Amino acid sequence: MKKKVLNIIVIVSFICASCTDESVESYAPTPSALDTPKLFDDNIIAPVIPNDNAQTLEGIALGKKLFFDPMLSGNNTQACADCHAPQNAFSDAARFSDGIDGSLGKRNSMPLFNLAWNYDEKFFWDGNTFSLEHQAFVPVTDPLEMKSSWSDVTQKLQNHQEYPSLFEQAFGTSEIDSTLVTKAIAQFERTLISANSKFDKFLLGETELTPEETNGFNVFMDEARGDCFHCHGSDKNPLWTDNAFHNNGLDETFTDLGLGAVTGDPADNGKFRTPSLRNLAFTAPYMHDGRFSTLEDVINHYSEGLKSSPTIDPLMKKVAQGGVGLTEKDKADLKAFLLTLTDYDFINNPDFNQN
Amino acid sequence: MKRFVLIILITIAFLSCDDTGNEIIPSTNIVFNFTHSWDGTEVTNADFNTIKFTNEKGDNLSITKLRYLISRITFIGAAGEELKLSGYNLVDVTNNSGLTYDLQNAVPSGSYKNVKFTFGFNNSDNYNNNYQDLNSASWNVPEMLGGGYHYMQLEGKFENNTNAEQGYAYHAIRAVDNSGSSPVFQDTFFEVNLGAVDLTNNSTITIEMNIAEWFKNPYTWDLSQLNSALMPNFDAQVLMFENGQNVFSLKSID
Repeated sequence: MKKKVLNIIVIVSFICASCTDESVESYAPTPSALDTPKLFDDNIIAPVIPNDNAQTLEGIALGKKLFFDPMLSGNNTQACADCHAPQNAFSDAARFSDGIDGSLGKRNSMPLFNLAWNYDEKFFWDGNTFSLEHQAFVPVTDPLEMKSSWSDVTQKLQNHQEYPSLFEQAFGTSEIDSTLVTKAIAQFERTLISANSKFDKFLLGETELTPEETNGFNVFMDEARGDCFHCHGSDKNPLWTDNAFHNNGLDETFTDLGLGAVTGDPADNGKFRTPSLRNLAFTAPYMHDGRFSTLEDVINHYSEGLKSSPTIDPLMKKVAQGGVGLTEKDKADLKAFLLTLTDYDFINNPDFNQN
Repeated sequence: MKRFVLIILITIAFLSCDDTGNEIIPSTNIVFNFTHSWDGTEVTNADFNTIKFTNEKGDNLSITKLRYLISRITFIGAAGEELKLSGYNLVDVTNNSGLTYDLQNAVPSGSYKNVKFTFGFNNSDNYNNNYQDLNSASWNVPEMLGGGYHYMQLEGKFENNTNAEQGYAYHAIRAVDNSGSSPVFQDTFFEVNLGAVDLTNNSTITIEMNIAEWFKNPYTWDLSQLNSALMPNFDAQVLMFENGQNVFSLKSID
């Protein structure tokens, strides 16, 4: 009888054990969910966070340290933040950024915010890289940028007095490799959320727009005037970009094929990813090649400066007349509206700045 | 006896680890498949970006983008009973997404005297919901035009009277005239009736959009007159509605 009872106890124990998770003790960093804005939660689908790179406090802190650390460059002089400066909404005030040896890139540095909502995960102006983690791989070895090698970078980090323990805390291993470096940077970059502009507050009912800003928004949304909304979002799409690729009539012939060089399809020549209209006050110069210094230049381009080419987007209306021909008042009001998308809290957020 | 008890207990052990224990629903696995043609010639996104089509008026044109929304698929049984599905599907031919729409086992197999769906959204669906996926796809209609969502975006280039390429943006929404003190609307969503179908457990209902029809019947579309800024153009929206009536057809059930 005792034996029978013992057998049942063993079996019941097995049943219980079979229903519980394995309880292997292992280190786990502290989860840190993205602080997603209400307007985003209400209006658009959830951000993209890869299953193999969950946000953690330790990962984000490490990513931030790496982002501001010139050790990632070949001669220890240039950090990611040099060309993606917080005060410029993580862009560069220069038309083309200097590499470590003074070489100039051929495109304007893209601003960095709300990157987790780039649903297609195609990064850079021409979409040549899939995923934020992979994006972070590129500048480190680009000879026009940080001009280093990943073996050199990881060796320097491995020999550093702090980094091995920071990687241990973030990823449970002190063995540093490029994958973990880019995972950490991507975690930090995903926290760069901008959603506290005057227009955001207007949508939340916390402030009012001026008559000029209201008219500017109407110009933006009016298909017969600005018609900006088809590519640049709206009050229902607070990203203010479709993150898609368009030829917006900058040139008749192309010195930079953009997406076309990536896909090899001539139909993609001259197409570049739509930038967000948030934080334009900080992100001059404008366009993929930084050709326009001011917002007036940009608005004038769409109003009367369009140039025809075989791949120009059909939404670039009246190209034969140079553009949509906005009145001077509509131009001024459109600019006033665009500046309501300026998020001062974003550029001053201590979490996003080097301490 | 001991062995019997052991087997029972082990069986319980495995069952106890199972999910919620929901009943298994017999699968009907009905799928809508959206195909596209130009007067009988198949059109895919591989045909985009090249001027290779000629519309009823004789204008040569290309397609660079085609997206449209369908909703409220309804199956009508022999006695007139209606099985209404509440979802919607954004067909994006440009990016090859939404071309198949799985009805998620919602429809029993059998004979139905009609299947229909709505092109676009009816007014209730259009204005009473905030669709995060459609907002993310920049599918909205500006509030100054009443808000809601696009029904279709068909874009491309045509050769104009000077043989120059010119863009067109044939965007279908609910018709609105906002030239007066208050906007005047006219419904331009419409029902597409596919006719009788017999569904087995793994049926694929293939629907064809003849894109040429948007330019053909009853109004011979003149792109030189109607090519852009068509969303705020009440008359153009009504013409799209009229031309849309024969755009869709049931191609096959496999």
